[in-house]
Amino acid sequence: MLEGCKKLRAQGIRIKDVFTPFPIHGIDPIIGVPRTRLAICAFLYGLTGTALATWMMWYMMVTDWPTDIGGKPSFEYFMAVPAFIPITFESAVFCAAHGLALTYLLRCWLVPGAKAKNPDPRTTDDKFMIYLELNDEQSVKAGEILTATGASEVNHKGTITEKEH
Amino acid sequence: MHAESRIREPLIIGDKSYRQITDDIIRPIEGKANKYWYMLFTVSVLTFMWGIGCLAYTIGVGIGVWGSNNGVDWAWDITNFVWWIGIGHAGTLISAVLLLFRQKWRMAINRSAEAMTIFAVMCAAIFVLLHTGRPWLDYMLFPLPNQFGSLWPNFNSPLLWDVFAVSTYFTVSCVFWYIGLIPDFGMVRDRAIKPLSKKIYGLLSFGWGGGARHWSRFEEVSLVLAGLSTPLVFSVHSIVSFDFATSVVPGWHTTIFPPYFVSGAVFSGFAMVLTLMLIVRKVYSLEAYVTIKHIEYMNIVIIVTGSIVGVAYLTELFVAWYSGVEFEQYAFLNRATGPYWWAYWAMMTCNVISPQLFWFKKIRTSLVATFMLSIVVNIGMWFERFVIIVPTLCRTFVPGTWNMYHPTFVDIGIFVGTIGMFFTFFLLYARTFPVIAQAELKSILKASGEAQKKLAATQAHDSHAH
Repeated sequence: MLEGCKKLRAQGIRIKDVFTPFPIHGIDPIIGVPRTRLAICAFLYGLTGTALATWMMWYMMVTDWPTDIGGKPSFEYFMAVPAFIPITFESAVFCAAHGLALTYLLRCWLVPGAKAKNPDPRTTDDKFMIYLELNDEQSVKAGEILTATGASEVNHKGTITEKEH
Repeated sequence: MHAESRIREPLIIGDKSYRQITDDIIRPIEGKANKYWYMLFTVSVLTFMWGIGCLAYTIGVGIGVWGSNNGVDWAWDITNFVWWIGIGHAGTLISAVLLLFRQKWRMAINRSAEAMTIFAVMCAAIFVLLHTGRPWLDYMLFPLPNQFGSLWPNFNSPLLWDVFAVSTYFTVSCVFWYIGLIPDFGMVRDRAIKPLSKKIYGLLSFGWGGGARHWSRFEEVSLVLAGLSTPLVFSVHSIVSFDFATSVVPGWHTTIFPPYFVSGAVFSGFAMVLTLMLIVRKVYSLEAYVTIKHIEYMNIVIIVTGSIVGVAYLTELFVAWYSGVEFEQYAFLNRATGPYWWAYWAMMTCNVISPQLFWFKKIRTSLVATFMLSIVVNIGMWFERFVIIVPTLCRTFVPGTWNMYHPTFVDIGIFVGTIGMFFTFFLLYARTFPVIAQAELKSILKASGEAQKKLAATQAHDSHAH
């Protein structure tokens, strides 16, 4: 299928999407999918979590009600900071993981009740599909390329061309 | 496609196609349960109900119905909590740490191991929530504004760190598990014929389609979540060990506790994964996916972590002697020869000696031996937590508080009840969820399938000949 995608791109045909039962490594640059920025989001959420926890413990233990526990006073944040590290860490992980997961689900619009996004139900089982949006002239050319690279089915639906193999 | 050495043993046995993988994994969901499933389920639900009864009795009458007393104020509650949470650790280790190390054998077992994590943490949570004595006030563990003045929880206390660590661990594990499940629910939805199951799996799959962008993001999310879960899983059991290590009780006040607890957790968790997977692969005929090689890999992890635990036990004894602190020395003498000597030696036998049998290839590739030893390890790890808590607390600094601990029927009932709950949830999961991450498994079929590897070998041979 990678071969088919490459040939289509060489002919200047834009590939709308590819539906596969599992991730195909190396397909992203061929069909022009940019690298996702979700990891950067996770990092920012993690920073938020760190800041939130630091502020919370500073407010509760240092400002609002400073306590002297076991002869270890927390009159300044730095005096008790070793004891605050575990919760700061947990909070960073909590915010990063949940923020990342939510962003991912919303960005892909994976929500309960969303309509299935694959045009053919067989693509979650064992079929691989290249999904194109073309005019009539391109459609004929694309069909030829796809048949030549071993497509098992080429379906034309109005202006839509599908290929599976 | 990723190439793999031909001498590496295949991870998928036989000549499987993508379609066959789908069929094999969906069979328990589409088919009917057999009588063994119903028998196991009935027993599990009944024990679960018994546990709920004992739990209600504890809440109604008070924590005095437990065997815990003034001297031994932590007993089965914390023993069971640490045991369950430790079991949970293997799930995250398999799905997160092995993902980062690109170990492909994890793909056949990660789904069930993560399910086990989630159910085990639920069981653990019951004990910590109950041991506070007044569980209806447990919300006070969280830093909520309240009417008692500016009263905040004590952030210096490892017990509070535990609250944050365990809640983060539980929720992040659930999210990690579910994100991985979405594509597989999509597959079940697309296969479903009955309108109701199509509807339910449609809702669960969140409209998954498997487009290239979604897969690309999916892989990034899995990798980042694995990167976050890896330090998280180590932090959770380290913090559990701080509950003991930051106290001044001899036998608990030890710097080796965090690594010792973490490896103990992985040790017991892998044993539980083996117990469950050996049953699942047999009942669902998944021998082609959970192969003897997978079981051998898990047994190797058991030897490694079991040996770390063994070294930790011996280190404790050595340090007690070498430190010259008589309280420390007495604590360990008391563990080995005191009133609970039998628990100590049960722990030593089950955790230090029995896993060493896995050095023999015959034993670590034998299903029967692995199954029996996995249960032995879990018994041993339960005794480890018991030995750390009860014999220590029954002989503390003031001899006036020296006391024996006897579990009551309520202690036993709640513990057995959590085992019932664990298996009830696991059995329900195994009937309704794809028990193997089939999408991931399909991605390694070309590189790690037995028939595919043989084909690649013949082709390579032919090209040499000509």
